[in-house]
Amino acid sequence: MTPFAPETLLLLSLAIPFAAALLIPLFHSQPNVREGVTLVSAVLLFICVVDLVSTVIGGGRPEALRFEIVAGITFGLRLEPLGMLFMLVASTLWIVNSLYSIGYMRGHDEPRQTSFYVCFAIAISSTMGLALSANLFTLFLFYEILTLSTYPLVTHKANDEAQNGGRVYLLILLGTSMLLLLPAIFITYGVAGTTEFTAGGILADNASAGVIALLLALFAFGIGKAGLMPFHFWLPSAMVAPTPVSALLHAVAVVKAGVFTMLKVVIYIFGIDALTSSGQADWLVYVASFSVIAASVVALAQNNLKARLAYSTVSQLAYIVLGAALATAASVQGGALHIVMHAVGKITLFMCAGAIYVAHHKTEISDLDGIGRKMPVTMFAFFIAALSIIGLPPFGGVWSKWFLALGALDAGYQFAVAVFMISSLLNVAYLIPIVLRAFFRPPPDAEPGKPVAIAEAPIFCVVPVCMTAFGCLLLFFYADAIMDFITLIDLKGAAAGKTAAIASDVAAPLVGGTAYAQ
Amino acid sequence: MSVALAAGGAPVATGPFILTEHLPILIVATPLLASAAVALLRNAFAAWLISLIVSWLLPIFSVLLIFEVQDKGIISYALGGWAPPVGIEYRVDIVNAFVLLIVSFVGAIAMPYALRGVEHDIDEAQRPWFYTIYLLALTGLLGMAVTGDAFNIFVFMEVSSLAMYTMIAMGRDRRALIAAYQYLIMGTIGATFYVIGVGFLYVTTGTLNLADIATRIGPAFAESSPPIMAALAFIVVGISLKLALFPLHVWLPNAYAFAPSFATIFLAATATKVAVYILLRMYFSVFGVAISLTDLPVTEMLLLLSIAAMFIASVLAIYEDNIDRMLAFSSVAQVGYMTLGIAIANQTSVAGSVAHLMNHAAMKAALFAAIGAVLYRVGTARVSELGGIGHKMPLTMAAFVLAGLGIIGVPGTAGFISKWYLGVGAVEYGWWLVAFLIVASSVISVIYIGRVVEAAYFQPVSEASERAKEAPLTMLATIFAFTALTVYLGIDTTWSGQLAEQAGAALVGGLAK
Repeated sequence: MTPFAPETLLLLSLAIPFAAALLIPLFHSQPNVREGVTLVSAVLLFICVVDLVSTVIGGGRPEALRFEIVAGITFGLRLEPLGMLFMLVASTLWIVNSLYSIGYMRGHDEPRQTSFYVCFAIAISSTMGLALSANLFTLFLFYEILTLSTYPLVTHKANDEAQNGGRVYLLILLGTSMLLLLPAIFITYGVAGTTEFTAGGILADNASAGVIALLLALFAFGIGKAGLMPFHFWLPSAMVAPTPVSALLHAVAVVKAGVFTMLKVVIYIFGIDALTSSGQADWLVYVASFSVIAASVVALAQNNLKARLAYSTVSQLAYIVLGAALATAASVQGGALHIVMHAVGKITLFMCAGAIYVAHHKTEISDLDGIGRKMPVTMFAFFIAALSIIGLPPFGGVWSKWFLALGALDAGYQFAVAVFMISSLLNVAYLIPIVLRAFFRPPPDAEPGKPVAIAEAPIFCVVPVCMTAFGCLLLFFYADAIMDFITLIDLKGAAAGKTAAIASDVAAPLVGGTAYAQ
Repeated sequence: MSVALAAGGAPVATGPFILTEHLPILIVATPLLASAAVALLRNAFAAWLISLIVSWLLPIFSVLLIFEVQDKGIISYALGGWAPPVGIEYRVDIVNAFVLLIVSFVGAIAMPYALRGVEHDIDEAQRPWFYTIYLLALTGLLGMAVTGDAFNIFVFMEVSSLAMYTMIAMGRDRRALIAAYQYLIMGTIGATFYVIGVGFLYVTTGTLNLADIATRIGPAFAESSPPIMAALAFIVVGISLKLALFPLHVWLPNAYAFAPSFATIFLAATATKVAVYILLRMYFSVFGVAISLTDLPVTEMLLLLSIAAMFIASVLAIYEDNIDRMLAFSSVAQVGYMTLGIAIANQTSVAGSVAHLMNHAAMKAALFAAIGAVLYRVGTARVSELGGIGHKMPLTMAAFVLAGLGIIGVPGTAGFISKWYLGVGAVEYGWWLVAFLIVASSVISVIYIGRVVEAAYFQPVSEASERAKEAPLTMLATIFAFTALTVYLGIDTTWSGQLAEQAGAALVGGLAK
């Protein structure tokens, strides 16, 4: 599709959003050109990323920019299927979200839009870098840049609330990464002599059970972006940001960077076989399960729509951590799939919340009576996305839950299956009442007997919402293609083959006969 | 290791530069002569110009010296043709070549700043004197680094210290006088302790040449250990005063806060660094070769005090309203990192200490320069009065944020590299707790840097900030050169990392087990 070599495309996917960040300030006084820059670079990035897919499917694992900084610290980019998947999700949703940002930021007449778009582009650039990282150091570098570049976005409102939210955000994310993740990297390097992501893991032959247990704890809590309880509360704090930020960054890029890192570490640093055989991941299964349930319960109690969605995200992230902790092929693949499914569903919900805010300045759920009659399109999209998050067919969310539950059975954790089920019920309990309230209760200002006037958000807000809601539906039918891609992740050894077979047995009949295995 | 001995009168020019043989003395003599010239000229601008030329010349010398050392090994230069150990020897290996590089580059980069900075802080009549003193301080610091003679170190220590007391006392604020006086008392005690220690060494070994002491100290220690232990104690404590090791740091915050801003930049980036070098040299190259340091309480003491410095000074920095004082406390904490590397005492950790000499010099100079520029424009360096300054001086404060990230130790900045070395060094010994403490203390710096950032960007523009505009170009040049260095040293360490590792190996290589 493009004339560039895969190595060049890797560099371009870092460079395009970064170049956008440099170009945007030049057009400070021409908002249309400025947003044009964002959109064009989002599309260019998407083209680059899509172009890389065939390389990965063909078995190519292109590398770029490898150089040693000091002994032990090597910077390097290397593309592998999990990173590819993450890049696809983030770059696709960046286009949609950029459209939405235009509608939201203008519709709401936000100040400092230029710096908003600049920081956004830097955040996307570091997300790409994180997805491409060839080793823990490179990943850590982009992980921190991502935190720092999103801080100005979280504090965009520049009032006391934003300042406090920003403090929690920065201290928790920087704090956990420096206090726990960085020592984990030191120890990994000390024990294994390298921090390269390697199929099958690098700790298997070097680390005692005790060291593995310690490292797992340091990674699980040190990757604060994964929002594992008790280090989750930065996420609700970050909700003070403008909604496009909550939608793309705090439902997709930043939080998914966390669980992506967790999956990377389990697959390529510990190695799933080594982790299972060490038996040290047991406690993490329980901690993640607790996080799944507890966050859902907390979500029930939230009256602020964005806060409820944020706790829902905490719960859904814990699914993926749970998948990583179970460390079977199906569970990590299910976790990877959940990155995609949850991203599309949750960004829709957030964009709906933002649309409601732009159109009617409502933020509390108790104020949403009859909002569905005023904004039928938005709330219908909300409904679809909610169904996908809950995990009902025919929406994408069902598949990732399916594989996660399958992985739990594989690993012999029946109770984890129960956790997924209970959580789904809780999802119903905290999402569906919003929809019911929106459609079945009359708006407070309605006059009996007269139809309610439709008042949707600006078109730039509505169209992206419809796109991603439609995406939830599409993902149900194309889940097999994604799963196909996910099985390319080299989990090393027989396990991968076995699960692929299981996966295809189960999936094929359900997806209406679409052949899963070639 | 080949030794290029330049015996007095008949040097043979071999290098790319005709005076290559004489580089060790040139690097000291040039600023010394220039200071006399400046004193005689008595013209403010000419004084600045001469200082600038000299400051830009010195990095050339130090780079040539590094090449020489890498090429030929240790360089020994006999002063006045008197062969060591009888005469004074200037002895340059990779470690002090690296320190010379730091000091000379800091001087060179800071000089453009001086044009406006000194103009603002010092009355015109005194400006030539200020530059005279600056050049003397430079002479003293370079001399301490280049010499291989224990007593000569003391002489240069006094030259640099006296010059620094004067520089500090020339601050606009009258409190500068008290600060200078405090430093004078503490510094003199430090120097006295040092010279007492050297006296003990002279009594037991009969020599003042460091390399010579190193060869004789083993037998002397076997014969009678108490005087040498006393020497070690006096020297370590004396130098610890100079390098502001917690809790001997009390002179430092006021000295940095009330000195003219150019002096602060220069001192913060060089004075403690050279003192750390003297500690490294004495500790590893002199005492360490004969005595197993790990058996002595000095190691534990250094370890403990370093960690205390990292935490207590960082916490003190949080509560400091004056940004200059805040940065000064941060410096005390950062010195803790350097001494921690010395205490851990393996090749990686010492490389970390040496690398941090340069990394911290760049970061702290950038921060002090940025705040100096704010002081220049606004007239206050208090967080509480600088609301919204980020909108008024965007470039200056952007540099402050970047350099602040370096202090925090974000990857991609110089601070991370030092932290990496120290952390890996600690893990090599299985000291995981220490590795954890290294990263834990850096989290505290998030708070004090973050406090300034919040004030600068979130608070409404204050009355004081209202009258500010962007710093003058010459100041920005210095600020951004240091900031760029902070980032550069975090990404491309092909030479700085290599030099630090070589220095670590050179220092730890000869240690007694």
